[in-house]
Amino acid sequence: MSAADDRTAADRAAGPESAGAAIRLVAGREIRTRLTSKAFLVTTALLVLSVVLGGVLLNLVGSSGPDSQKVGLTAESAGLEQSIDAAAKATGTDVTTVPVDDPAQGRQQVTDGDLDALVTGTAGDLQVTVDSDLDDGLRAILTSVSQQAALADAVESLGGDPAGVAADIAQAAPQVTVLDPDDTFDPARYVAGLATGILIFITLLTTGQLLAQGVVEEKQSRVVELLLATVRPWHLMTGKVLGIGTIGLLQVALVAGAGAGTAATLGLVDTGSLDVGSVAVWVVVWFVIGFATYAFAIAGAASLVSRQEDVGAVIAPFTALMMIPYIIGVSVAPWSPDSPLVAWISYLPFCGPLLMPIRMAVGGVETWEVVLSLGLSIVAIPVLVWLSSRIYSNAVLRMGARIKVRDALRAA
Amino acid sequence: MSTLEVDSLSKAYGSVQALRGTSFGVDQGEIFGFVGSNGAGKTTTMRIALGVLAPDAGEVRWAGRPVDHAVRRRIGYMPEERGLYPKMKVGDQLTYLARLHGMPAAEATAAMERWTETLGVDGRRGDEVQKLSLGNQQRVQLAAALVHDPEILVLDEPFSGLDPVAVDVMSGVLRDRADAGVPVVFSSHQLELVEQLCDRVGIIKDGEMVAVGGIDELRRVGSPRWAVAVPAGAGAGAAGGGAGAGWVDAPGVRVLDAGTAGAQQRVVFETAHAGAEQAVLRAALDRGPVLEFAPVLPSLTELYRHVVSAREDVGGQDSPETTTEGDAA
Repeated sequence: MSAADDRTAADRAAGPESAGAAIRLVAGREIRTRLTSKAFLVTTALLVLSVVLGGVLLNLVGSSGPDSQKVGLTAESAGLEQSIDAAAKATGTDVTTVPVDDPAQGRQQVTDGDLDALVTGTAGDLQVTVDSDLDDGLRAILTSVSQQAALADAVESLGGDPAGVAADIAQAAPQVTVLDPDDTFDPARYVAGLATGILIFITLLTTGQLLAQGVVEEKQSRVVELLLATVRPWHLMTGKVLGIGTIGLLQVALVAGAGAGTAATLGLVDTGSLDVGSVAVWVVVWFVIGFATYAFAIAGAASLVSRQEDVGAVIAPFTALMMIPYIIGVSVAPWSPDSPLVAWISYLPFCGPLLMPIRMAVGGVETWEVVLSLGLSIVAIPVLVWLSSRIYSNAVLRMGARIKVRDALRAA
Repeated sequence: MSTLEVDSLSKAYGSVQALRGTSFGVDQGEIFGFVGSNGAGKTTTMRIALGVLAPDAGEVRWAGRPVDHAVRRRIGYMPEERGLYPKMKVGDQLTYLARLHGMPAAEATAAMERWTETLGVDGRRGDEVQKLSLGNQQRVQLAAALVHDPEILVLDEPFSGLDPVAVDVMSGVLRDRADAGVPVVFSSHQLELVEQLCDRVGIIKDGEMVAVGGIDELRRVGSPRWAVAVPAGAGAGAAGGGAGAGWVDAPGVRVLDAGTAGAQQRVVFETAHAGAEQAVLRAALDRGPVLEFAPVLPSLTELYRHVVSAREDVGGQDSPETTTEGDAA
């Protein structure tokens, strides 16, 4: 009895410090191995590149539309700048005004394509020079400016106050009552949701695969016996999970950062409707939660087999489990974010980390829903860690045929 | 002096009883050879000592205290199933293992350099383990057991698969470690090597230690044996025994082996009581010049065969089981 007590006492004495050091060493080895592996570097580079290129492509397609109009104003027409800006704002057209030194230079800039239109003359006598065709939006704005000038003249000649009339006109608008508001479909939000879903899914899938292969590599090469003669099974498993998790996190952060950076630089999204930064941060948070949920379970499952050929079969259930929320997330969630099916699945552990970030990017998620989903996942993690550690400790030294989960849980 | 004590270990795998109260001790500075047929329980005993396996009963102690995790980190271990990370470089791997055993980084690197040099694989530090020949992988495996400067060495079949030069290197290293005060336990099927290298041996059979002791001590167990040699044909007519060994016959003497090689007849006999050999010596002197008269100590191989087969004869029903285990391994 006293001998047993001594043992635990000695273990505890040597415990925390050496446990931390062992886990750090194991994690460090995993990180170094991946960072020097060509496969990992190439995959990461490709992911980052595809996000950046995707953004650029989206920008090219988007900017072919008639949104941004550059209008040159000469010294004579410079006074119209305010009226043009106001009219542009009222019609929701993106117009930039640029001062031009003289009309000849302005015409040259129009010919070169640097300007969409050159406006000369005064409000009452507006002259517009374009290369081939005047944009409809811009035509409406300039027409409105001319008409307002004419109206102001008329009001003034009748002895009224043109500024007051202009203010009254600006406020005059029909009041619209919406009985059944349509779900506004915002392409930027859809793209963000899709990108979020794909990124988390792919990264969880690849890190899970790496982890399973790492566990089996140690078993297959038998190095695990040498390792377990000096570190405890849970040190080895935790170190592995942390190491590969760090690598996955790095990948997610790089890709999410590159995506958010590209979107911000190219002005791809309207910052008023979608906060790209917060979407990127949530991607990272959900990846961490999702990884913690899946990683321990996958490591435990992988310890049941002794050959790389069997890895696929043993992690297949987890892959399937990832597919369900992912497919729902990219196919159903963006179109009907209020569907109860989507909502319920997004609360569940294993599913939430894949589905909730998509819902959040698409929009319309209540705070309590996020808290509930996070909470359930976080509560599930310690249970999974306990179960997986037990399976791993019992199975990792047993070579040969695949071990049944029940046997691994029971064997002491 | 500290002793590594293996005390009454029992272990069953399902219905197979692998260990039945296995016990032995190894002192500091002593090389202990652990021999036994395949499936006898050597690997199971070593795995339990390293905490890789839990015993059903019994314990392993070092310096009077149960071996715990802190002690295990000071053990150098070479598992029967060799294993290193195949795609990790030799140097990185050894440094990593040293650090896992608690060595600071700088010391770990220095130890890696020292042991790769001692074991002759210093030229391969930058190579992946899988690119090495089996013999060199074995040397790296030994380096992995030694790199953290262990207080205790437990090596499962360290000599299997080694070429003669590597055997010499390995023997030298083990002797050297023992001289530095490390208790060394190793298992082997190469009994001549065990006999040459070990201070003490333990023979295990079906999970039970059937003999434990110093080699000379074990060799003296049983009836003393003697060899006597006389010129062939000397006094043949007188005794009427021809080339036979009839002249050796005396009370308490049993002839084990007799043969003539060249001009010499050599007889090996066993004596039932001390002094019985004197009668044989007298008879030999009566026949003419005595060319040899000396006690004969059995080799470890003979001893091993004797002990192992003797036990089989006693427990008749054990034999089938033993055969099965041998076949399986």
